[in-house]
Amino acid sequence: MKYLAEYRDPEVARKIIAEIHRVTTKPWVVMEVCGGQTHAIVRSGIDQLLPKEITLVHGPGCPVCVTPLETIDQAIAIAASPGVIFCSFGDMLRVPGSSRDLLTARSAGADVRIVYSPLEALQLARENPDRQVVFLAIGFETTAPGNAMAIIQAEREGLANFSELVCQVLVPPALRALLASPANRVQGYLAAGHVCTITGLEEYREIASNYKVPIVATGLEANDILEGLLMLVEMLESGRCEVLNQYSRSVRPEGNLPARAAVDKVFGVADQKWRGIGELPGSGLRIRREYQKFDAARRFAVESLKVSEPAECISGLILQGLKKPDECGAFGRRCTPESPLGATMVSSEGACAAYFRYKPLN
Amino acid sequence: MCLAMPGKLVEIFEEGGLKMGRLDYDGTVNKVCLEYVPEIELGQYALVHAGFAISILDEEEAARSLETWREFNRLREKEGAVAFDNRPVKVGE
Ligand code: SF4
Repeated sequence: MKYLAEYRDPEVARKIIAEIHRVTTKPWVVMEVCGGQTHAIVRSGIDQLLPKEITLVHGPGCPVCVTPLETIDQAIAIAASPGVIFCSFGDMLRVPGSSRDLLTARSAGADVRIVYSPLEALQLARENPDRQVVFLAIGFETTAPGNAMAIIQAEREGLANFSELVCQVLVPPALRALLASPANRVQGYLAAGHVCTITGLEEYREIASNYKVPIVATGLEANDILEGLLMLVEMLESGRCEVLNQYSRSVRPEGNLPARAAVDKVFGVADQKWRGIGELPGSGLRIRREYQKFDAARRFAVESLKVSEPAECISGLILQGLKKPDECGAFGRRCTPESPLGATMVSSEGACAAYFRYKPLN
Repeated sequence: MCLAMPGKLVEIFEEGGLKMGRLDYDGTVNKVCLEYVPEIELGQYALVHAGFAISILDEEEAARSLETWREFNRLREKEGAVAFDNRPVKVGE
């Protein structure tokens, strides 16, 4: 397939890996931010072929994994309200809330539907004028433009029965929090190519210069990741702290301007809780006052519940790059994709799920 | 959620005031919203996230990275380097 096979060609991978071996002289800890990259790495086994000096740690870049328990509980409460059609990406259905997940709510009679785009939820709202249609708007900067467009369009059409339960998270504030933490050991970042496609590179330049870390905006295929890693190691070895763009076939320095404008129109920056990490200042998006009537949390008056996460789940540490999934005592035993304890095991982009799938316990 | 694979634009149409299109992924055709890539033309490749095209694939840039990799291959073959070799290898000037 065009523009895919080349980026997975093992011959190319071997050459880039050899090149990484050649340039690496010191130990380096590197984080790949995006969950899609984590999967590509574990699936292709790249991590096994790198010089022993390089430690890859998996970052918080799985939107499903960082969605807080409160949001799931709110989603379940709304889905269980009479007359509601609750729409979500499929990945969210099995994410455990404090006592159950959306799938269980569905078996108990809630009308929960899987959609692939917020526009499908909008279509359901048009087709069901007597029902309230709620879309679970989660994700990073990549999903925000679509979620903004659905609200803009609902406003344009005067759709009174559409709303979104919003849990949008932003990558740069999370990187700043990780970098400011005394426990931080990451020296360079592979930034998520699709997030950078939307946001551009400005904020990353600021982070690179403030925290003296090199960053490479990197694509999602194995060879993209290897090339990004090579660019990163070259910067680390020569002491440069710049932002480079490996994924130039998609990422423009200014990002996607129409998408950024739409997000800005509908959403404002707000403090946001991350599952397993806690509240990070300015790390989320909230619907602006002008569009408040599309805010499902207001429409259904769902209160934030204080809930605790399963004690033995260390997904918070995993999301911060402090632990790896196989260091969790429950991994592959009490916690599997069939009966997950934490979101990093449920989500197809979660680090625990990647390890379970591609690196089973010996 | 991230679909890394680019699809080729085979149809453009309007729906409810939004610019929409169909992308062909080697025979599988998906409907996407094109509002965020307004300048896209038929035959171009786009990257999609949750039903929205988020960028037009820059074929020149794509070709450039593939060319770099080919160059890599050529240089390393000339040097007779062994893949996974841990020893320092000199790459041509
Ligand atoms: S293996 Fe399960 S319990 Fe352990 S950290 Fe991962 S999700 Fe949590």
